[in-house]
Amino acid sequence: MNRFTALLRRELRGFFGSPLVYFVAAVFLALSGYYFYTDLNAFITFGFGDSIVEHLWQRLFNDIVRVVLTVIPLVTMRVYAEEKHLGTIELLYTSPLRDGEILAAKYLACMCVFLVLLGSTVLYPAMIYYIQPFDLSQLKAVYIGLLLLVSTMVLIGIFVSSLTQTQIIAAMFTYGAVLLLWNLSWNEAALPTDLLGVISQLCAYDHFEPFARGLIELKHVAYFAALSLLMIFGTLRSMESRQWRGRR
Amino acid sequence: MINADHLCKNYGPVRAVDDISFDIAAGDIVGLLGPNGSGKTTIMRMLTGFFAPTAGTCSVAGVDLVEDSIGARRHIGYLPENIALYPDMNVRGYLTFAARTRDYGGNVKQRVDDVMEECGLAHMARRTIGKMSKGYRQRVGIAQAIVHEPEVLILDEPTVGLDPRQIVEIRSLIRQLAGRSTVLLSTHILPEVSLTCRRVLILDEGRLVAEDTAEGLAKKTEGKREAVLRLRADAAEAERVLGAVDGVESVELIGTDSDGTVSLLVAAAQDADLVPALVREVSERGWPLYEATPRVMSLEELFVKILEDGAGS
Repeated sequence: MNRFTALLRRELRGFFGSPLVYFVAAVFLALSGYYFYTDLNAFITFGFGDSIVEHLWQRLFNDIVRVVLTVIPLVTMRVYAEEKHLGTIELLYTSPLRDGEILAAKYLACMCVFLVLLGSTVLYPAMIYYIQPFDLSQLKAVYIGLLLLVSTMVLIGIFVSSLTQTQIIAAMFTYGAVLLLWNLSWNEAALPTDLLGVISQLCAYDHFEPFARGLIELKHVAYFAALSLLMIFGTLRSMESRQWRGRR
Repeated sequence: MINADHLCKNYGPVRAVDDISFDIAAGDIVGLLGPNGSGKTTIMRMLTGFFAPTAGTCSVAGVDLVEDSIGARRHIGYLPENIALYPDMNVRGYLTFAARTRDYGGNVKQRVDDVMEECGLAHMARRTIGKMSKGYRQRVGIAQAIVHEPEVLILDEPTVGLDPRQIVEIRSLIRQLAGRSTVLLSTHILPEVSLTCRRVLILDEGRLVAEDTAEGLAKKTEGKREAVLRLRADAAEAERVLGAVDGVESVELIGTDSDGTVSLLVAAAQDADLVPALVREVSERGWPLYEATPRVMSLEELFVKILEDGAGS
């Protein structure tokens, strides 16, 4: 545990000791604040008296997810690519740390960044609650969905980062992957009807949307869990590839 | 302490290490010598648990690296070639991190202080690694390799890229460490092994081509003595005069400089140190002498010699 904690601290230092994460946080807060202001404005103008869940939280959190998807590649790109580029990964691979421990420390450090970012968005519902209390149970579902979505997307980013030494390539491919996954079934009319069911099952939006409506359903939790496991498996195989590639 | 038994490593269709076996006793300091691409780094990466061998086994401190890689890694300190360290950390922070991730059981703070003292880093404790010179970074590299008091030290080209003063310092640091740990170091520089190691394993194209003591290697590289002389004189006359010195077999003009000096390669008929006799002759003639060096065999020449010896025996 001692060595795991040391590695986790090192990973956290890698994020919070560099300016990148603060720039990312600044842009994230500015954009999410902008969406809160405009979505609240729309709610007050057009939806006042209607369900706050449907007309404010659902819209706001779908907007926030769009910002999160932009931020994820910027946070995960460095996780492996930087260490492979610098060569520091060689010392990690030769210290008594299991590949799984290295992955877990890197994942937890990324999640800490997102817990700070997502934690800051609690301010928006808190302000409304202060003015007019509302039912919190649905908001809890939104945050659980948000955490599952972010965690899965982070694992996708970590997997992509483990495949390359170049951070910008990791970022671009991660962005492509998460955006495609989110938008996969956005225009159902454009998809072949016999594949529609399958594609819709793969689409992250379709699995997040019920959470945004305040519903927690096992099948949607299972979707994120299965995708996460697939990414963990892929990352561990990618780390293991040094066995036959001979390179870090 | 370090044991390799019929080690092989393939990268796809390429065989990088081919059936290598050796044993290194506790406390020994052994050099892996070979040109670039001879398999030194691959062997070291197998011995440090970076990757597993394609065939064969290896163990460190009695722990098999294939069966219990994590367990074996606790006994190893490793300095990779072109050591990469986290540039954003300071020396103390990095060494503390290294000690913790390698499961050091004692008082980490005290140990980090001791290691910084030993490696001449005490005054650099708070310095950010990214802002340090290559020589100091190499010291941090060695410090991270020994911070958890490993029984085995594996150093891949520890002096590469350093200036001559730093090379001397790092070599002396390695010799100090040899008392406590078993050391395996790799190099492609011939004199390095005789200066630091007791025993030498010579590699070529992934195979172990020879094994020798440092003295034995030194003898091999000296072999037939040759010396290079640079002096100011008429080339033809110098060739004639030096050719007549006792024990000289041949004199060859190897260069004429724009400043009027000539360089000559003088070979002895038998094993003998020619330099004193040659210098005496040159000074008697009153020729200004700029250089008189016994010539050391290059690594390439050593390989030719080893292969010739092998074919002859």
